[in-house]
Amino acid sequence: MLNRKRTDSSKVQELFDMQIQKVIEEAKRINAKYNLFVTINENAPEGFPVAIKDCICTKGLRSSAGSKILHNYVPVFDSTVAARLKKEGASIVGKTSMDEFGFGSFSVNVGVDFKIPKNPWDPNRCTGGSSGGSGAYPAISEHPKFTIAESTGGSISSPANFCGVVGITPTYGLVSRYGLIDYANSLDKIGVMARTVENMAYGLSIVAGHDPKDSTSLNQKPQEYERFCKGGNMKIGVPKEYFGDAVDEKVKKCVWDEIKKMESLGYEYEECSLPHTKWGVPAYYIVAISETSTNLAKFCGLRYGLSSDPEEKGFNEYFSKIRAAGFGAEAKRRVILGTFARMAGYRDAFYLKALKVRTLLIEDYKKAFKKFDVLASPAMPTIAPRFDEIDKMTPIQHYMADILTTPPNLAGIPHISVPCGFVDKMPVGMHLLGNHLQEGKIIQAAFNYERERGEIKYPRL
Amino acid sequence: MIDKKTVEHVASLARIYLTEEEIEKFSKDFKDILDAFSSLDRVDTENVKPSFHPIEMKNVMREDKEEKCLSQEEALSNAEQKEDGFFKGPRAV
Repeated sequence: MLNRKRTDSSKVQELFDMQIQKVIEEAKRINAKYNLFVTINENAPEGFPVAIKDCICTKGLRSSAGSKILHNYVPVFDSTVAARLKKEGASIVGKTSMDEFGFGSFSVNVGVDFKIPKNPWDPNRCTGGSSGGSGAYPAISEHPKFTIAESTGGSISSPANFCGVVGITPTYGLVSRYGLIDYANSLDKIGVMARTVENMAYGLSIVAGHDPKDSTSLNQKPQEYERFCKGGNMKIGVPKEYFGDAVDEKVKKCVWDEIKKMESLGYEYEECSLPHTKWGVPAYYIVAISETSTNLAKFCGLRYGLSSDPEEKGFNEYFSKIRAAGFGAEAKRRVILGTFARMAGYRDAFYLKALKVRTLLIEDYKKAFKKFDVLASPAMPTIAPRFDEIDKMTPIQHYMADILTTPPNLAGIPHISVPCGFVDKMPVGMHLLGNHLQEGKIIQAAFNYERERGEIKYPRL
Repeated sequence: MIDKKTVEHVASLARIYLTEEEIEKFSKDFKDILDAFSSLDRVDTENVKPSFHPIEMKNVMREDKEEKCLSQEEALSNAEQKEDGFFKGPRAV
């Protein structure tokens, strides 16, 4: 499918030759300590190691989306992403931990009987979420070339920021969603995480490009995103609303200092305004839960997943009991609230209103990108919170963690979180946002910044 | 706007049984969450069109052509409740 010339053939060969069993053994040790995998693939073939978020279907390898209702689901087909990776020589070493169906920002909303992943920089803190395992694995191991993650409202940038790795959330529709156990169809985007911008770009080159099996797949040819890993200068906009009161002072300072450093790379920067920013969180949650309440209707204990004896109960009783047993608290909360938001009498006030606010957020960005190539800000408002801090949060406080990630996700614009320093010994992420299909520009900015920043000393197992 | 009775009703529409404790907890959560969501009332969206997708999407059509699909065995492989090559579900009537 991809007709690429390998520029680093010796390096790739070395990775191919690495005994995959050693990688699997290490994954088990990592799991014993940090719970980063839902399933480890004992039968992984030789190839360069990758891990895939549990909500992306892999043939013959359990894909549960971190939910009890799919605890025994073994797909009989590969998602387009998994198929493309295998064709390129990847070996899928495991399925990574996540918030159930992607419902969270800290990977603490795991399904019933699933384990919460811990941050390798400090196991008392969360990994971020919902792609927690995909973000933390490259932080604790140098083996995965990259990992596959998925973002609906910030689920790649959050763990990338909190775990100190790079993560790209591509333009909506650039990567096929065929075989993704979806959360919210108009928001879900499969992306890539890695230690380096180059490896991340390589991963994107493999999975991006049109797929006839996904009706929302954009008509884009595959391309080599690594070619953007080189010099260049551009204009950076710094949205003042992204440095508001909700953002920790130390995080603000850390990110601002690093943005200023980019001047020496030939990047000009200037403050700008995205006036509808603060409506991102409510608009996002209304759209997301409305879509999810219809998406999750298919989980009813019939064709796959959790089931019980159908002869014992009536029609509605059977479905209601299975769903009560199979969904965790946050899944129930979102499905019920989403059903409410779509009910007659409320649909216009909530759902349609939120979709109109989404239009305003998109227009904010379109205006900004007339003047700037890239926008820069913190990715998350704080460093990774401790579990005892998360326990005290109300659902709304939990949702507010997405204040910087929901606007770009609603707008479907590509964005990268790249590690840019430390606050209280925990990683901070710089968010680089680009216009639709301008992945090249944010990859270039992230690559140049990364080279200037230097290497990160990752924690050891 | 949302009381325990409403939560119970919406949960039944969503086909999820809730325990008394859950109903109690969700009623409180939903009030907080919906209050926060209602802040969107303050945004002027006069003459603004809703964006159902972030990027303009066109309907995709294809020819009605036979293609390879899952075998019956594959399609049934994840179902625990099955009989004579069918999925087995609860009685509808």
